[in-house]
Amino acid sequence: MLKVNNIEVVYNDVILVLRGVTLAVEPRQIVALLGANGAGKSTTLKAISGLLRTQQGEVTRGNIEFDGQRLDRQAPDDIVRQGIVQVLEGRPLFQHLTVEENLRSGALFRRDGAAVLREDLERVYNYFPRLRDFRQRTSGYLSGGEQQMVVIGRALMSRPKLMLLDEPSLGLAPMLVQNIFDIIRRINRESGVSILLVEQNAHVALQTADYAYVMENGRVVLDGPAATLAQNADIKEFYLGLTAVGERKSYRDVKHYKRRKRWLG
Amino acid sequence: MNWQLVPQQFVTGVLNGGIIAIIALGIVLIYRSSEVFNFSHGQLVMLGAFLTWWFAGANEDGKEIFNLPLWAAIPLAIAVMAGLGLVIERLALRPMTGQPLLAIILMTLGLAQFLEGATAIVFGIEPKNNFPSPFSPSDVITIPFPGAFNDAIILKQALLATFVVAIVAALLFMLFFQYTRTGLAMRATSADHELARSVGINVPRIFGLSWGIAGVIATLGGVLLATLTGVEVLNLPNLPNLRMINASYGERSHLWLH
Repeated sequence: MLKVNNIEVVYNDVILVLRGVTLAVEPRQIVALLGANGAGKSTTLKAISGLLRTQQGEVTRGNIEFDGQRLDRQAPDDIVRQGIVQVLEGRPLFQHLTVEENLRSGALFRRDGAAVLREDLERVYNYFPRLRDFRQRTSGYLSGGEQQMVVIGRALMSRPKLMLLDEPSLGLAPMLVQNIFDIIRRINRESGVSILLVEQNAHVALQTADYAYVMENGRVVLDGPAATLAQNADIKEFYLGLTAVGERKSYRDVKHYKRRKRWLG
Repeated sequence: MNWQLVPQQFVTGVLNGGIIAIIALGIVLIYRSSEVFNFSHGQLVMLGAFLTWWFAGANEDGKEIFNLPLWAAIPLAIAVMAGLGLVIERLALRPMTGQPLLAIILMTLGLAQFLEGATAIVFGIEPKNNFPSPFSPSDVITIPFPGAFNDAIILKQALLATFVVAIVAALLFMLFFQYTRTGLAMRATSADHELARSVGINVPRIFGLSWGIAGVIATLGGVLLATLTGVEVLNLPNLPNLRMINASYGERSHLWLH
């Protein structure tokens, strides 16, 4: 469904951020994109959604295809129209608008009538019952978890085929993280939306995803079914914080890091 | 200080404020949607008034070109100015996208000079005191007010009417922003451009639209102002301080766009 073919991304005509990233998302799949800060995960998502351009970024090599259409020359609003919606990092809301206005803003580009939109709103409120009580509240005053719900709900209002989620767990309490990821799984199962997920929390990401890619320094260095990757010794050590035998790693052994990270080469 | 004058000044001041508020609304609209302070808004106000005057047929040497009644001249001027707003955004502002904000703001300053010069060439710089107004200066309402000068407050009907129109227009715009899809799209865009793009809003189109609506608002403000003062190239755009104060106030209070 989505194919990213060996793309290279440059910011401001000089800063090379992605150096040949290839990945694919199949229908109804949840795909995770793991990696440290600055590995290029968010840039990959922005290349797909077209938001790169607003930051003076450009896909200089390779191409991005969605259902046979080339995306990498299109404007962000046209890409949303084709069914790809990005949920930006840090759950940005239109803070002065109410919860319901925020949700409606996700469907502004659609031509559907009021009844259809009402139905879609109901669907969002079914996923996030708490938002129903807060619909008239100014969204800036909600808690972090509730704001994350609004942001995901707003993305659902565009009736996406593919959702790009950038760090939905950022700054949330562990219980809320579970909560959000349960709902992400439900959305995937019940609405058949494919999901491309960028996460620092490798543990929960590998639990949720079907397939995963690991990025380092603007390249994909490792990929495979999430269950397989979760068993990979390197992933265990560097992303899950476990030693080979499944025990928690002590900080004493951290110097192994450089030696063991052999895929970098 | 002569306290006898205070009641009259107070009432006149409030009524004048209505017109200034509607002029400021146009500046706030563009500022909030695209962060550009539009220095040419005063010129748009002036041009809107001149077009109305022109369409209404009140020509200097008695030659009447269009000779439309005021109720037709105003909507026509509004339509032309809305179009002009769109054209300005398309030709002058959109090519500047991605340039430093200061460069774009200077562009509006240049635009102001251009519009002023062009209006002076086309319509001449002498004041036009024959702006078609349904009211004459002697149409006044006298309200008894013991203690005031002559124990009365005198309201010009023209001033009162412009105030009412300004309030109604402001209410209509508020309803538009609050309850229509386009209004919501404009409020969302004003809050965060990148976010607005990410939810599929065509942000450049919203910029264009805000210029078009600013043209409409400017014309309305120009007509209201001209009803009171007549039209003149050098006079109408010269309210910059008042307008700037109003715009920064409106920006801070998030009155219209949030």
